[in-house]
Amino acid sequence: MKISIQINEGPYQHQASDTAYQFAKAAIEKGHEIFRVFFYHDGVNNASRFTIPPQDDRNIVNQWAELGIKNANGEPELVVCVAAALRRGMLDESEASKNGIDGNNIHPAFRISGLGQLIEAGIQSDRLVVFGD
Amino acid sequence: MSIKKFMYLNRRSSFGTVYAIESLEVVLVAAAFDQDVSLAFIDDGVYQIIKGQNTNGIGMKNFSKTFHALGDYEINKLYVSAESLEERGLSADDLMPLVYEDEDDNWEEKSSVKVVSNLEISKIMSKQDVCFSF
Repeated sequence: MKISIQINEGPYQHQASDTAYQFAKAAIEKGHEIFRVFFYHDGVNNASRFTIPPQDDRNIVNQWAELGIKNANGEPELVVCVAAALRRGMLDESEASKNGIDGNNIHPAFRISGLGQLIEAGIQSDRLVVFGD
Repeated sequence: MSIKKFMYLNRRSSFGTVYAIESLEVVLVAAAFDQDVSLAFIDDGVYQIIKGQNTNGIGMKNFSKTFHALGDYEINKLYVSAESLEERGLSADDLMPLVYEDEDDNWEEKSSVKVVSNLEISKIMSKQDVCFSF
């Protein structure tokens, strides 16, 4: 089955990203395809490469990155909503230079794109599962 | 591209959290994809389409006017929970008059809003392909 996931909450504050990760990992192990994971609302904060949890805790960002969810062109299918990301200070290189900011914080396993990617995931997938309150 | 039935469940009030406005942003983007779109307003979500919203006192953007644009995007299936309205001391008269022009009926202006029971909403939900919850 082709499955897409939407994550609406930030890391560590809320269980949503952890549960979604466990779900995605289990689905892949069962032979399902994760077509796309879309990070929205505070969920965009799951993509910060500056995330440094204490050593004895899980690293949520790296966990997602290690799942290696990519499309046929090798681009990451961990997609961060651009509008939600920008208003929360989450930038990739291109958005940083466009907005004259001297740094970027999106982990390379993720990419920034528009909400159309979420709708397309809903259309292309057999199931779209939303994680959040 | 195939047409699927998309439902947006709006469960939170307009302000206080970001969910209502970011839900509306998704709905407006989705309009470009020519899918079969419905919105449901349940729990505090019913406050999103209350008429006469004024945000001057809280410094927030009053995005409630944007709901009037939905009809132009052919999004005209807005279901409001009767129970949620009643629990909050509200009625259909407190809702914004959201309308669309029915192209199959000589462009007659019709209401997009239907107040229905939670049971009805769950029946409609069960017929959807994709449900977003905000």
